[in-house]
Amino acid sequence: MSLSAAYVALLTGVVVWALLVRRLRARPWEAQLVSGGGDATGMKMPAAKVGLWIFLAVITSLFALFMSAYAMRMGHGHGGDVHDWHPLAEPGVLWLNTGLLIVASVAMQWARMNVARGNEKRTHDALLMGGLLALAFIGGQLFAWQQLRASVAFTPRDPALAFFYLLTAVHGVHLLGGLVVWARTLVRMRRKDVELIDVRLSVELCAVYWHYLLLIWLALFTLMLTT
Amino acid sequence: MSFVAIADRDHEHALHDPQTFIRKYIWSQDHKVIAVQYGIVAISIGLVALVMSVLMRLQLGFPHVFSLIAPDDYYQYITMHGMIMVIYLLTALFLGGFGNYLIPLMCGSRDMVFPYMNMLSFWFYLVAVLMLVAGFFVPGGPTGAGWTLYPPQSILPGTPGASWGIICMLASLAIFIIAFTMGGLNYVTTVLQARCKGMTLMRMPLTVWGIFMASILGLLAFPALFVSAIMMTLDAVVGTSFFLPAISSMGEVIPHSGGSPLLFQHLFWFFGHPEVYIVALPAFGIVSDLLSTHARRNIFGYRMMVWAILAIGCLSFVVWAHHMYVSGMNPYFGFFFATTTLIIAVPTAIKVYNWVLTIWRGDVHLTVPMLFAIGFIFTFVNGGLTGLFLGNVTVDVPLSGTYFVVAHFHMVMGVSPILVVFGAIYHWYPKITGRMLDDTLGKIHFWCTFLGTYAIYLPMHYMGILGVPRRYYAYSSAIDFIPPSVQFANRWITISALFVATVQLVFLFNLVWSYFRGRPSGDNPWRSTTLEWQTTDTPPKHGNWGKDLPVVHRWAYDYSVPGAEQDFTPQNEPPSAQAPLTHDHGAQT
Repeated sequence: MSLSAAYVALLTGVVVWALLVRRLRARPWEAQLVSGGGDATGMKMPAAKVGLWIFLAVITSLFALFMSAYAMRMGHGHGGDVHDWHPLAEPGVLWLNTGLLIVASVAMQWARMNVARGNEKRTHDALLMGGLLALAFIGGQLFAWQQLRASVAFTPRDPALAFFYLLTAVHGVHLLGGLVVWARTLVRMRRKDVELIDVRLSVELCAVYWHYLLLIWLALFTLMLTT
Repeated sequence: MSFVAIADRDHEHALHDPQTFIRKYIWSQDHKVIAVQYGIVAISIGLVALVMSVLMRLQLGFPHVFSLIAPDDYYQYITMHGMIMVIYLLTALFLGGFGNYLIPLMCGSRDMVFPYMNMLSFWFYLVAVLMLVAGFFVPGGPTGAGWTLYPPQSILPGTPGASWGIICMLASLAIFIIAFTMGGLNYVTTVLQARCKGMTLMRMPLTVWGIFMASILGLLAFPALFVSAIMMTLDAVVGTSFFLPAISSMGEVIPHSGGSPLLFQHLFWFFGHPEVYIVALPAFGIVSDLLSTHARRNIFGYRMMVWAILAIGCLSFVVWAHHMYVSGMNPYFGFFFATTTLIIAVPTAIKVYNWVLTIWRGDVHLTVPMLFAIGFIFTFVNGGLTGLFLGNVTVDVPLSGTYFVVAHFHMVMGVSPILVVFGAIYHWYPKITGRMLDDTLGKIHFWCTFLGTYAIYLPMHYMGILGVPRRYYAYSSAIDFIPPSVQFANRWITISALFVATVQLVFLFNLVWSYFRGRPSGDNPWRSTTLEWQTTDTPPKHGNWGKDLPVVHRWAYDYSVPGAEQDFTPQNEPPSAQAPLTHDHGAQT
C-alpha cells in the first residue's frame, strides 16, 4: 500500500505544483484584466489529450494498487506459518511477447512521426503494423496462459500463478480497449472524406497509449521475473 | 498543430438541438438531462435504502412486536443500506447529479467536453444499480456481509448471500466504477479545459472546486475498490487464495490457503477513506456557495478555502488505516495514522471557521437552502468532534464496533451531506425547472429532518459509550452490561426514525407539486452572482448560453460590494461605476 500511497502523493504533488500553484496565488477579488483565451480557458492542449493523460493516471493508480496487493500477498506468503509463495517459472514466450510489444510501440511512434510530416501512406502502414503487433502480443499472452495451464503445478490456489493470470488479463483488457480506438482510427483513415489532419490527434493519442501500456507491461514483467 | 482553446473556438460550435423525444430525454448527451437522470435514479435507489433502514429500526425498537424481518434479512438490509447510501446515492448524486448540472453552467461552457462518454456514464450507472437490485432476486438474496464486505465471511456459507448475492454486489461495484471513471474524466477535463474567457481557476465558485477535487479523488481511489472487487470475485468463483486463509467453515476445511484478509481491508479502506471526502468535498463546496449567497456576503478566506480543499484531498489518501485499529495490523501503523488523522482535522476546521465567519454579521436570509446550510455546520461539527475520539487509537479501541461509531459516521457523512443535498436541491431547483419549491413545506421539511436526526443519533452516542455493540439483530437480556435504558433509547430512536422517514414524503410531494404548480422563479431568484443564474433561459436550453459564451470579469463572491447599485454583481458584469470590484473600495476579505 505504501507504493500506492507514494504514487498518489507524487501525483497530487505534481498536479498542485505544475498546474495550480502559479494560479492559486491570484487574488480573485482584485481587478484583473480579462485575458483573451489562453490562460483563462484551460491548458494549451486538446481536451482529448488532457482526458487521455488523466485516464493514464487512473490506470497507473490501478496497476500500482495491483502491484501493492502483489507485494503484500507475497510478504504474507513468506512470513509466519504461511509459506505458500512459490516463484513462478515464467514461460519463455513472454520474452517474445515483450519484444512484440516493444516493436508495436516503435511502429506507433513511427506512425506518429509520419502523421506529423503528412505522409498518409506511411502513417497508415505504421499504424496498421502497430495494431497488428499488439494483437500478436495478446495472442502470445494467451499462448503463455495455455502453457501454464498445461503445467503440472497449475492450481488457482498458487498466489504467484493467480497473480500472473490476473495481471496479464487486466493489462490485456486495457490493450484491447486501445485496439478498439485503433480500429476506429484505421477505418476513419480509409474513408474518402477524411483527411490525414482529421486523424492526427487519434494517431498521436494511440501512440501515447501504446507507449504507456508498454511501460506498464515492463513494470509487471520485471516484478514477476524478480519475485 | 497549433491548438485553440475551447472557449475561443466557440463560433465553430453548431448547436444541434436534439429533436426527437428519445434523443432529448433518454439517449441524451446534454449534461443537464444526464444530471437529472442521475438524480432521479440516485434518489429512487436511496428511497429503497431508506425503507430498509425503517425495517431495521422497527426490529431494533420493538424486537418482539414486529416480525417483519428475520436475522438474515437484517444483515442484508444493513449491507445494502450502507452501500446504497454511500455509493449509489451520495457519490452518484453529488458527482453525477450536481457535478453534471453545475460544472458546465458554473464554468461557462456549453456542455461537458466528452458528451457521448457522459451519456455512457449514466447508462453504466443505471446498469450498476440494476445489478445491485438484482441481488434481491437471486437465490439466497443480497449479500449480508456488512457494507465493508470483509472476507473471509463475505464469501463463506453462513453469511446471507454468500453465493450469488456477493457476486451481484461485486459486479455492480465494478460497473459503477467504470461508470464513475467515464464521468470523472469528463468532470476533471471540463474544469481544466472548457472554462469560458475570464474564468480563471481562482474565480471558480467553491462548488466547482469541491466537485473537481472529489472527482480527482474518485478517479484515484475507486481503482482500489475495483482491485479488491476483482480479486474477491476470483476468490469466490475460481478458487484463488488472495484473501482467504486456510480455515474451516461449517466443519469443513475450505479449499483455500494462505490468503490475507488484512490485504482486503487495506485495499478497501484505501478506497473507503477517500470516499468519505468524495462525498464531503462537494458538500463543502456547495455549502460555501449557499452560505455566501444567502448571507449576502463574500466567502471568508476564499484562497484558504481552495487550499483547504486541496490539502484535504491529498491528506485523505494517508489516513485509511484509522478504520483498522483493531484489525491486528502493526501497532506502529496506528500511531502514524492517528497523527495524520489529527492533521487532516486542521484544514477541515479552517473551513468550518470560514463558514461561520462568512455568515457572521452578514445579511442572513433564513431561506430554506440557508437553513439546511446552517444545519449542516452544526451537524458536521458534532460529527467531526466525535471523530476526534475515534481517530485516537486508545480511545477508539473500546469504542470500536459500538453504536458510537454508528452515531459518528451517520452524523458526519450521512446526515451532513444529505442536509447539503437538500439545501442544494432547494437552491437549484428553480434553475432546473423554472419554478420555486414551496417555502412553507420546505421549512417544515427542514425543521423536522434536522431536529429528528438529532433525536435519532444523540442517544446512539450514549449507547455507544455504554458499549452496546452494533450490527446486532436483537439484544438478549443475557447481556448483563446493557441496562434497560438502552431498550428505551432504541424505542425512542425507532419512533424518531419513522417520523423523519415520513417527513421525507413532504419533500417528495413538494418536488412533484412545485414542478407543476410552483411559483415561477425567473432567471435569478436568489439574486446570485454565479454564472448558472445568468443564462438567458430558465431552464437553460441545449448549449446553455444562446449565441455567445459569457465572459467573466470577477470572482464569484461580489455580494454587498460598497458603492454597487445592487447587493450582488454577477460574474459576467464588467467593472463600472455601478458595479465596482470589491478591491476598488478597499473592502477587506
